[in-house]
Amino acid sequence: MTAETARAALTPMKVMVKRHGLLVRLNHWVNVIALVLLLGSGLQIFNAHAALYWGKASNFDHPWFSMYAERSKDGAQMKGFTTLGSAKVETTGVFGASKLDGKWQDQGFPGWMTVPGGEFDLTNGRHWHLFFAWVFAVNGLIYLVTGLIGRHLIRDVLPSGRDLKTIFKDPHLRLKFSKGPESARYHQVQKLAYSGVVFLLLPTIALTGMTMSPGLNAAFPFLLDLFGGRQSARSIHFICANLIVAFVIVHLLAVILSGPLNQVRAMLTGKLAIIPSDEEAHS
Amino acid sequence: MNRRTWLRGLLAGVGATIAAGCEKVATAPPALKMLKVAEKWSQGAQRAIIGRHALAPEFTEADISRTFKANGTRRPVDEEYNSHLNTGFSGWKLVVDGLVETPLALTLAELRALPSRTQITRHDCVEGWSCIGKWKGARLSALLDQAKLKPEAKFIVFHCMDTLGASKYYESIDLTDARHEQTILAYDMNGAPVSVEHGAPLRLRVERQLGYKQAKYIGRIEAVASLKGIGGGSGGFWEDFGYEWYAGI
Repeated sequence: MTAETARAALTPMKVMVKRHGLLVRLNHWVNVIALVLLLGSGLQIFNAHAALYWGKASNFDHPWFSMYAERSKDGAQMKGFTTLGSAKVETTGVFGASKLDGKWQDQGFPGWMTVPGGEFDLTNGRHWHLFFAWVFAVNGLIYLVTGLIGRHLIRDVLPSGRDLKTIFKDPHLRLKFSKGPESARYHQVQKLAYSGVVFLLLPTIALTGMTMSPGLNAAFPFLLDLFGGRQSARSIHFICANLIVAFVIVHLLAVILSGPLNQVRAMLTGKLAIIPSDEEAHS
Repeated sequence: MNRRTWLRGLLAGVGATIAAGCEKVATAPPALKMLKVAEKWSQGAQRAIIGRHALAPEFTEADISRTFKANGTRRPVDEEYNSHLNTGFSGWKLVVDGLVETPLALTLAELRALPSRTQITRHDCVEGWSCIGKWKGARLSALLDQAKLKPEAKFIVFHCMDTLGASKYYESIDLTDARHEQTILAYDMNGAPVSVEHGAPLRLRVERQLGYKQAKYIGRIEAVASLKGIGGGSGGFWEDFGYEWYAGI
């Protein structure tokens, strides 16, 4: 507990405390921009061959996940389908086949989800993806290196053994957000979620991306063994992207439930308002 | 008009404006010019990390794909190509010219007599799929040694016999890739002469790059100092449409 948060504990009134360092805030917002553009351009690239496989190469008859369109006999109508394993669902209008300016498009993810938007554009999708992959990687490396040297990651983010043992006692699991000085630190569930994202999910999506590069395969053939081949790497890359989307949804919900203005302001200015808990306010 | 339809209309309008705006920004020339610097970063970083001689992974016979997808031209419509195809490429010769001391014209038998390499490698299409195949072909470096490159030669251009869309297919690589051990002019695929859909009689294999660099139906190889005057000037058929010349990722 810092001196500021200690003072906040003693005085039952709103106190501003320093919450996020400048570099962490910069890393956070650069990451937001990079991930949004990487997701949209990634869906664009996926659309070039909307099927995923396991292993070294593509076994075209057996994708574990795919999206495709079926045309009506006159070609005027289109139906979209999404398959997962042996299950097949009609997803006309969204996945497999969607309308763009009134015209049917044979497209995995619809044009409004992709970067660039609209009609299929692999060329520019790749330009956006491979540029922001650099932004994402350099930004992430700066975050990890400074966070490890400055001990922010070990002190504030990585859960301790005790954190893991008491994880089910964390009130955040019941959507109870801390008030008072307790709100100025990460709790067990947050620590585990952020550590999973920072140390596992984001490095895995970067490494599987690199594993898809035929050039880098010559330099780091062990990455192919690690992920089970190039097509497996492509599948894991896609799964990681989905997990990041899931994380961001939960993350945004938590921000909304725990005081969105205060939280967003803290990530912009660095200062978090400590709102006294009920007991303190009444004492 | 009630409030709900009005609000829905407003949201749809705002959404469409943002989407159209994003689309314009995402394909605006200055934006793309900025993004394209990443190709140079990737090329520089990969060339530094990979090293000149590192090999692309090679696989076993058991890994060979049962279906090897063919992309781009699968059946050239070009008259000259078809007349060669009809005579089993008996009168066909590979021309090697440009910035070389000794221009060459080699028959398939002469190409088969050059030092060769057999390799089972993975072909990665820019679309995302991969197929594994066994290729046998003449080492490009052996051919270049025979033709003797002039010192000002910086790139090797592959002029193809097929027309895709409105123009002839072509590709180019630099001397680092041209001299690489796995860079071959393949005449056999999976133990048989390369089929028409895969580029008969001769296709390039440059294994550390994506599929569109693996030019099919090669008719002429030219050594050049610059890619500027060839085709659309970007060094390849797809490159002229905006794809990266360095296709290592």
